[in-house]
Amino acid sequence: MKSVNLDLYRTMYLIRKSEETIQKYYAEDQMKTPMHMSMGEEAIVSGVVGALNLDDQVLGTYRSHALYLAKTGETDLFFAEMYGKVTGMAQGKSGSMHLSAPEKGLLCCSAIVASSIPIAMGAAYANKYQKNGKRVAVFFGDGATDEGVFWETVNFSCLKKLPILFVCEDNGFAVHTPREHRHGFSSLHKVVSSFDCNVFEEKSTDPEVIYRTTQKALSTMEQNDKPCFLRLHYYRYLEHVGINEDFDAGYRPKGDYLDWLKLDPIRLQREKLGTIGFSEQQILELEQSVDEQIARSTEFAAESAFADACELHTGVFI
Amino acid sequence: MRMITYCDALNEAMIQEMERDSNVFVYGIGVPDHKKIFGSTADLLEKFGAERCFDTPIAEDSMTGLGLGAAINGLRPIHIHIRVDFLLLAMNQLANLVSSYCYGIGGKVGVPLVIRAIVGRGWGQGYQHSKSMHATFAHIPGLKVICPTTPEDAKGMMISAIRDNNPVLIFEHRWLYWQTGAVAEESFEIPLGKGKIVKKGKDITIVATSWMNVEALQAAEILARNGIDAEIIDPRTIAPLDEDIIVESVSRTGHCIVADNDWVYCGFSAEVAAMVSDRCFGKLKSPVKRIGFAHTPCPTARHLENQFYPNAETIVRQVENTLGIDKIDLSNELFYSHENRFKGPF
Ligand SMILES: Cc1ncc(C[n+]2csc(CCOP(=O)(O)OP(=O)(O)O)c2C)c(N)n1
Ligand SMILES: [Mg+2]
Repeated sequence: MKSVNLDLYRTMYLIRKSEETIQKYYAEDQMKTPMHMSMGEEAIVSGVVGALNLDDQVLGTYRSHALYLAKTGETDLFFAEMYGKVTGMAQGKSGSMHLSAPEKGLLCCSAIVASSIPIAMGAAYANKYQKNGKRVAVFFGDGATDEGVFWETVNFSCLKKLPILFVCEDNGFAVHTPREHRHGFSSLHKVVSSFDCNVFEEKSTDPEVIYRTTQKALSTMEQNDKPCFLRLHYYRYLEHVGINEDFDAGYRPKGDYLDWLKLDPIRLQREKLGTIGFSEQQILELEQSVDEQIARSTEFAAESAFADACELHTGVFI
Repeated sequence: MRMITYCDALNEAMIQEMERDSNVFVYGIGVPDHKKIFGSTADLLEKFGAERCFDTPIAEDSMTGLGLGAAINGLRPIHIHIRVDFLLLAMNQLANLVSSYCYGIGGKVGVPLVIRAIVGRGWGQGYQHSKSMHATFAHIPGLKVICPTTPEDAKGMMISAIRDNNPVLIFEHRWLYWQTGAVAEESFEIPLGKGKIVKKGKDITIVATSWMNVEALQAAEILARNGIDAEIIDPRTIAPLDEDIIVESVSRTGHCIVADNDWVYCGFSAEVAAMVSDRCFGKLKSPVKRIGFAHTPCPTARHLENQFYPNAETIVRQVENTLGIDKIDLSNELFYSHENRFKGPF
């Protein structure tokens, strides 16, 4: 578990630092793409992705900086895409909201709420059909469970016993609308429990806890052939879209944030590394290598060219 | 007359109609939150309470059914989508139910449902936050589709839409929200299905929709400096279309360009071109030309986005081609962009 904890920290540190870098440079107006920041959810994504095999597949939403970075570990294509450069993961055509890396198992991210959930089901269907042993994890917010397509997908996935993990990253809000204003039921995972699937819930910012829960989910799925639903709570640190805080807007009290901040996943995990035997020097070296990676990537992005105008028309079909 | 923004005009129309008729209510994702749909739903919750102004779960299809059900039982719902792209999730209700309800019961009961949807653009909105697609909805019999361009049209047509006993979809371009224009304080209607001559001219007719009217006006100014007098027609309503205003203009000028704020292929511009070739056949001096989005999903990066969207320059170049005149030097023109916003008035 020691090396797993180090890996989890590296992933979370990479995500946090990448987003802090976005915050630092966003005001320069060179990243002309709306930013739905992952800050606060790092433990969930790192834990779940860490427990998956490298060739397992994931799908996400517009809030998927964390998912992209956790699944790929790379930042060159990532930052170049934020800057709209030809060296980006989609030559600047996708921006922050539609990240993907199919060759590394990130099939797609969609900015239409809940719309990648059924695609994950199709991917899982294909994996089962091909008996290739791959699992699919689809990440979505609590708001996505408002949509009928979520329930339709859970139903069919359970019916067909598909190897799929539904990962609900529950921050209690859909934009500014709290759960209580959207749901005519009190416990999401209890409702999902009445489907033929395995249900888990965590309210931890410890990536190791998420990692273990995911491992348990995967092994249960292996044993009983049923999809898994993971409801994982977190607090969104920043505004729905954008790089700033929004506590003055009045729809959520800053006190909640401060409570969660005491359990900030990156800080806690760093402290944990100390207690399980890593020296400060080792941690600093890890951090430094990530810092350098990000610095190289932002430089690469800044120096890269924009795509030729004719690129607009390429890639519509293959 | 008093000057207000397009956004405030929409807001005022809803407030005045809600004061006049207690059956009107407004709902949709984020409608009462502090951002108030870019400000267009400001004060509704405070003035009319939570029964007449409410938030919804993210459930566009079912919430459209709610609108239909409430409308046939005597209420007048206004359902708001912050992007047209999200309205697409309601396509079943719209194309299979809302549009045909009246017809299917022998024309006995109308569906006084208003749907507002905002057309996004710029700052990397990309292919899932920038659709217009008014023609797709106009394709469906039983739906009225409008694209108001000015603050005055926004208010008057919104009021007409609310009073109409049939489903009306309003497509509001986000870049029009900031502009100001003269708008009467009292309530007034601008009839649906009536176009408007935005600028009189004698040399060529430009039929423009929504934001493309802004581009057409800039193009017309540039052309005027170069001796070309373009006429701009804003149909305002996509369905049912005011054919006569277009036919009358093209009959005079003999030339027609359609600048639509949407994709070209199978789009509204094709409808206008077909109608003009039918009704102005002997009077056309050149083929009808069409301008619209590139036939690709909308890219995120700014320089590609600029290639994707037509602008005043695209229109000027087309006019030069159609009229066979020399290329105008545009190197000193400042075109509209996310940073260089159009503030009105027309
Ligand atoms: C179908 C659809 N409807 C509405 C929207 C506008 N919208 C974007 S994000 C969002 C809230 C989603 O909340 P949640 O799923 O909890 O994700 P979070 O942003 O909290 O991560 C809404 C309503 C959308 N993108 N797609
Ligand atoms: Mg949420």
